[in-house]
Amino acid sequence: MKVSDLVRELGLTVFCGEAGLAVEISGGYTSDLLSDVMGHMEEGMLWITMQTHQNILAVATLKDAAAVLIVNGAVPDEETLAKGKEEDVPLLGTTLSAFEANGRIYQLLHKA
Amino acid sequence: MQFRFELEGGNFSKAGYASSQIKKVLKQLSVDPRVIKRVVVALYEAEVNVVAHAWRGTVQADIDADKIGLLLQDEGPGIPDIDQAMQEGYSTASPAVREMGFGAGMGLPNMKKNVDELTIESKVGKGTTVRMLTYFAMKNN
Repeated sequence: MKVSDLVRELGLTVFCGEAGLAVEISGGYTSDLLSDVMGHMEEGMLWITMQTHQNILAVATLKDAAAVLIVNGAVPDEETLAKGKEEDVPLLGTTLSAFEANGRIYQLLHKA
Repeated sequence: MQFRFELEGGNFSKAGYASSQIKKVLKQLSVDPRVIKRVVVALYEAEVNVVAHAWRGTVQADIDADKIGLLLQDEGPGIPDIDQAMQEGYSTASPAVREMGFGAGMGLPNMKKNVDELTIESKVGKGTTVRMLTYFAMKNN
């Protein structure tokens, strides 16, 4: 499933990083601890978090994440958005909680 | 090949810049992607440590045909007990830094796991020097 498919299926907001919407999602990792993500997320995964500061971009690009999904209706900080426009990794948003988002995305990724 | 980067205490907008530049260089040199991933994790954690704890610091990367050496030198509070700092879950990060999702006590363990050699020297009240060495040939483990 491509990032753009997920955006359509769940009606996600695309804050920035449209260039990366065609990337295939290999799985997901949910965590708000940046070192945990650095240590455990694998390339091509969707990172689900409620962090909104600009370091999420550094972590996502260093780890080659497919995209970052910000949950609970939170929006990226201004600096995050400004910096995110220069990057290819999409920053997405949903009003769903992390639990709800994880459940639905897990089902979508494992049904194909 | 040598690269140098500056780090500023408290300036999280710069944390990750050195890692991202080194990642690009290693990619251009066609280093094994698995090795690049490990180096990048270790360097990012080391950068964050300087920004989160020290007043200022530098990153120096020395890239040879078969290995990369990373040297991080900071002026800062230093680490009184390095063995304790190496323990997973131990952190002295401020509440503000923890709120950003740092300070889980995983930084130094992540560095140790992802490089071939790690040495830390520290003087309390002066600063910390971290040396990391990684060979490009993957070991069979």
